[in-house]
Amino acid sequence: MTDADPVRLYRTVRLIRRFEERAIDLVRAGTIVGGIHPYLGQEGIAAGVCAALRGTDLVTGTHRGHGHVLAKGADPARMMAELCGRETGLNRGRGGSMHAADFSVGVLGANAIVGAAGAILTGAVWARRRRGEDVVGATFFGDGAVNEGMLLEAFNLAALWRVPVLFVCENNGYATTMPVDGAVAGTITGRAEAFGMPAAVVDGQDPQQVHAAAAAAVGRMRDGGGPELVEARTYRFDAHHTFEHVVRLDYRPPQEVTAGRSRDPVRIQGGRLSDAERAAVDAEVEATLDAAVAYALASPEPDPAGALDHLYASGLNARSGGA
Amino acid sequence: MPRLSYRKALTRALADELARDERVFLLGEDIRVAASHVTAGLFTRFGPERVLDTPLSEQAFTSFATGAALAGMRPVVEFQIPSLLFLVFEQIVNHAHKFPLMTGGQCAAPVTYLVPGSGSRTGWAGQHSDHPYSLFAHVGIVTAVPATPTDAYGLLVSAIRHDDPVVVFAPAGALDVREDVDFAALAPVPLGRGVVRRAGDDVTVVAVGHLVHDALAVAEELAGQVSVEVFDPRTLYPFDLDGLCASVARTGRLVVVDDSNRSCGIAAEIIASIVERVPLAAPPRRVTRPDGAVLPFAPGLDRAVQPGRAALTAAIHLVTKDGT
Ligand SMILES: Cc1ncc(C[n+]2csc(CCOP(=O)(O)OP(=O)(O)O)c2C)c(N)n1
Ligand SMILES: [Mg+2]
Repeated sequence: MTDADPVRLYRTVRLIRRFEERAIDLVRAGTIVGGIHPYLGQEGIAAGVCAALRGTDLVTGTHRGHGHVLAKGADPARMMAELCGRETGLNRGRGGSMHAADFSVGVLGANAIVGAAGAILTGAVWARRRRGEDVVGATFFGDGAVNEGMLLEAFNLAALWRVPVLFVCENNGYATTMPVDGAVAGTITGRAEAFGMPAAVVDGQDPQQVHAAAAAAVGRMRDGGGPELVEARTYRFDAHHTFEHVVRLDYRPPQEVTAGRSRDPVRIQGGRLSDAERAAVDAEVEATLDAAVAYALASPEPDPAGALDHLYASGLNARSGGA
Repeated sequence: MPRLSYRKALTRALADELARDERVFLLGEDIRVAASHVTAGLFTRFGPERVLDTPLSEQAFTSFATGAALAGMRPVVEFQIPSLLFLVFEQIVNHAHKFPLMTGGQCAAPVTYLVPGSGSRTGWAGQHSDHPYSLFAHVGIVTAVPATPTDAYGLLVSAIRHDDPVVVFAPAGALDVREDVDFAALAPVPLGRGVVRRAGDDVTVVAVGHLVHDALAVAEELAGQVSVEVFDPRTLYPFDLDGLCASVARTGRLVVVDDSNRSCGIAAEIIASIVERVPLAAPPRRVTRPDGAVLPFAPGLDRAVQPGRAALTAAIHLVTKDGT
């Protein structure tokens, strides 16, 4: 059984929403260096999909990856510390926003190369199952990624070898500034169908609908089914990346942004709770994030002497670059 | 005199070449809106036939450019991040580079690959901070790394006019450099010709790309103690060995500072080529990224892995002490 409890789903979308808003504040303050790709508006997808997974199931995320990592169960405090480049971060400050990973909860990492993670997840799920573990996986990617050959090659491998991977396309209408219509010949679901994969379109703004579709697919996969694709239609509420807060890029008509923002997954899911329930979750999330930010800011920065720690898992010592 | 920024110099080179030669066209991601700023205004001026916004299909559009070049065009491909060159290494090295020889001279593949923002952009971490120019020099693709706005303009123009594939790296660390220029004097800069940026007598420092500015700053700091000559090769392949030999023959000492990984990086090639030809008064030194470097995210770690002024200063002291 998976967890479709409306309060839990609300808690997850609210956590991601407020986490992102606080992270944006920290970008503006200069505490988070390099900026972030905000997940605002898309929270329902990570929340819905991850609620259909077990702790032992595997996921990979994207450059817009905070939601995936949090929804799968990573500690928000250690995630915030990672974004702030601290030693206590999930990746000891070595990864940052685009590489946040927590293997202990099945997050094999956000990934900064569009379209690259699907094949990695497919191999990981295949390997776990060969070792007799009853796991499935979900890999998140954007509408831009469906034009990357390597992702389509992953579709083929997963389908050919019947690896139970849920391919989750977060179609937010744009790859940076490129609209889907200008980039995708055919359809996204048609790409999956070409490999014999079942594919469905869901309303990505409704966490419960996403969850229902993901849970159905995951159920079939646990019963021996092969990979499936879900295309979650969504809208990115904020910038492609926080650099757009500084440099305005002109590509989304203002009316479209207003309309897109009117369907808010946090409000949609919140509407299913009583006022008292919602207030209790909101207060709990705020307390969690107050603690997360305080933890991150109080944590030490890594010692530059360890800049190449973990470069080689074998322990091979790299020659330094100095004279 | 008007100020020209490095970024605007690239824009101007693209605009001038688009205007001069019908065969030139641009393709890349988000170049219509000019997310990298380099193509600003070009879509409006030259239209969608000359400025093509691509889907995220780097391998296909890189080879699409090869095909167009084989058919007589002069494509310029912009890559948003340096690591995308790993993704399209096959398309460039195994196809564009090999076609002329493999076809017995039936064709040329004049494609320019432009990477605005190569190397570390602090905070972009492991998969967005590479500086893979040595790889291209190794396989023998013409590789330019301009340090100044004037050279950014001139080398990009020469790249577009060149009959073979050329990769132009515009280091993130140089993109904000500005220079007083006489626009009328902007001209192509020949590929394969270096330049002495600062004359000196005691040691020659070869600096690549943005590190030219660090080398100049270090040279100023050391003025009075050590007389440092700064040599900017501008093009890494082909390399201006004659120009560098002339410098080192006078100073007798050599330091190379290069933002590549150490093993098989361009610094190794430069040093080997010099010691084959010029007797040195002291063992040469290089300042690079470490072997196998992956840039960690945290700013202090990111900086620790890149070659910096302190390490360069130390290297200069080492070579000027040895053998004196
Ligand atoms: C292979 C690759 N190409 C280009 C980029 C630069 N880039 C980062 S995100 C992005 C847009 C991705 O669009 P999409 O897949 O729709 O995801 P979204 O950003 O909309 O969530 C681009 C072009 C990259 N990181 N990797
Ligand atoms: Mg998108």
